[in-house]
Amino acid sequence: MTWDEMLPLLWPATVETAQMVGWSTLFTVLLGLPLGVALVVLDRGGLRPAPAVRAVLGFVVNVGRSLPFIVLMIAIIPFTRLVVGTTIGTAAFVVPLTVGAVPFFARLVETSLREVGTDVVQAAQAMGTSRTAIVWKVLLPEALPGLVAGLTVTVVALIGYSAMAGTLGGGGLGDLAVRYGYQRFETLLMIVTVVLLIVIVQLLQSLGDWVARRLSHK
Amino acid sequence: MIQASGLRKQYGDVVALDGVDLSVRQGEIFGVLGQSGAGKSTLLRCVNLLERPDAGTVTVDGQELTALREADLNRARRRIGMIHQHFALLSSRTVAGNVAFPLEVMGVPRAERARRVGELLELVGLEGRGGHRPHQLSGGQKQRVGIARALAGNPSVLLSDEATSALDPATTQSILALLKRLNAELGLTILLITHEMNVVKSVCDSVAIMAGGRIEESGAIADLVATPGSRLTREIFPLPEPAPAGSVTLTFAGDPGRPVVSEVVRKFDVDLSILGGSIEELAGGSVGRLRVALEGAEAAAALAYLRESGVIVEEAS
Repeated sequence: MTWDEMLPLLWPATVETAQMVGWSTLFTVLLGLPLGVALVVLDRGGLRPAPAVRAVLGFVVNVGRSLPFIVLMIAIIPFTRLVVGTTIGTAAFVVPLTVGAVPFFARLVETSLREVGTDVVQAAQAMGTSRTAIVWKVLLPEALPGLVAGLTVTVVALIGYSAMAGTLGGGGLGDLAVRYGYQRFETLLMIVTVVLLIVIVQLLQSLGDWVARRLSHK
Repeated sequence: MIQASGLRKQYGDVVALDGVDLSVRQGEIFGVLGQSGAGKSTLLRCVNLLERPDAGTVTVDGQELTALREADLNRARRRIGMIHQHFALLSSRTVAGNVAFPLEVMGVPRAERARRVGELLELVGLEGRGGHRPHQLSGGQKQRVGIARALAGNPSVLLSDEATSALDPATTQSILALLKRLNAELGLTILLITHEMNVVKSVCDSVAIMAGGRIEESGAIADLVATPGSRLTREIFPLPEPAPAGSVTLTFAGDPGRPVVSEVVRKFDVDLSILGGSIEELAGGSVGRLRVALEGAEAAAALAYLRESGVIVEEAS
């Protein structure tokens, strides 16, 4: 296979991967961030303790985290059909990717928020700060470098998940590697895909590290 | 200004507060002295209800905090400043941003906030540092930011939770001097907890000594020092206990106005040897405590004369 033959395959596959990962990252943040906040706030000794609710949420998150992604993807097909109306194509796989990444990201959010010292939270309470304001003005800003680091890890994991999604009809670089590299023995394309994935992950990780470092004032 | 009565707080089997009453007058600096685990930190945190006592009431500036609902409590807390041992500054904000935090919470408009932050930083001697990050400051400067932040809401009361314990001695003195100045200039009532006698000696008007969740002794320092056998006096002036038989301990609280010791020696023809003693500068003035042995026919008359002259005389049995 020559470069001229590979490029028309690589470019759309990269775009599909970027779409799957991009959209599912967006939804993961929108759902995972509040879930992570809830895990901390509702916990015993949290800002608004509700141990029973917290236990249920924790259980759901653990269920989500214990399913291998490939199993989860298949298991929630009915749900995907309900949400998107189809179960193939890039858009359809945003659903399982999001469902897979939300519990993962929520736990990382939880860990970052717990790193915020109880002394600053109590100082804010002593200043008469409401619980909502403590979340917005203390917990989230103080945890921001950790949240960015957690998001970076999540995006990298999503790229990995998206390759699996590709094999079930989601398209993208994983799909390309399987169809051409594995099934047609196009070793060169396989190698190029692998290198491309490595480069993308390295770039994203470096970007995430850089942002986290810029935000950190420790 | 601060009234607490019958405070009890228990953590599992550990009784942190075992029926504590506290009364802090307006405009005074009140120190709670005790070792770690004595319950003083719990006591302080019960004053602004960071910890809710199991029993008892807390009244600050005429408002019974223990009776308030959350929203009202938050409003009341804005009139009670607090500073912390490890400063508790937000690393995500600049110095100015930290001082502005309580103003934001109170809903003060941006322009007003900026003006007030400038004033507060000047008040604590940090003008021009507003753009710095907390991690770029020394410990003493961080505590100054903490103090500026605590004063943002024009509080009537400042609570200090071991505010100088993480600082070196020179910085401790400068922070204490600042607190003293704020107390004098703003009429700020300060309740501080500490395990350092030095803090009590240099700034406090009144003190409560805590141990095992109870207040063992409390009152104005001048009064306690003038009370024979008070625990404060024994702790400020460490003399060997028990006093050797036949010795006499003399406490000079306040200036008697004349050299009473040499007077006694001349007048009653007694021999006086000094076994130990020291002089301390306290908030109310200098106080001396001497352990002496008196020998002579008129020793008893000499002691009576000392008592008449305002010296506190304790005879070892």
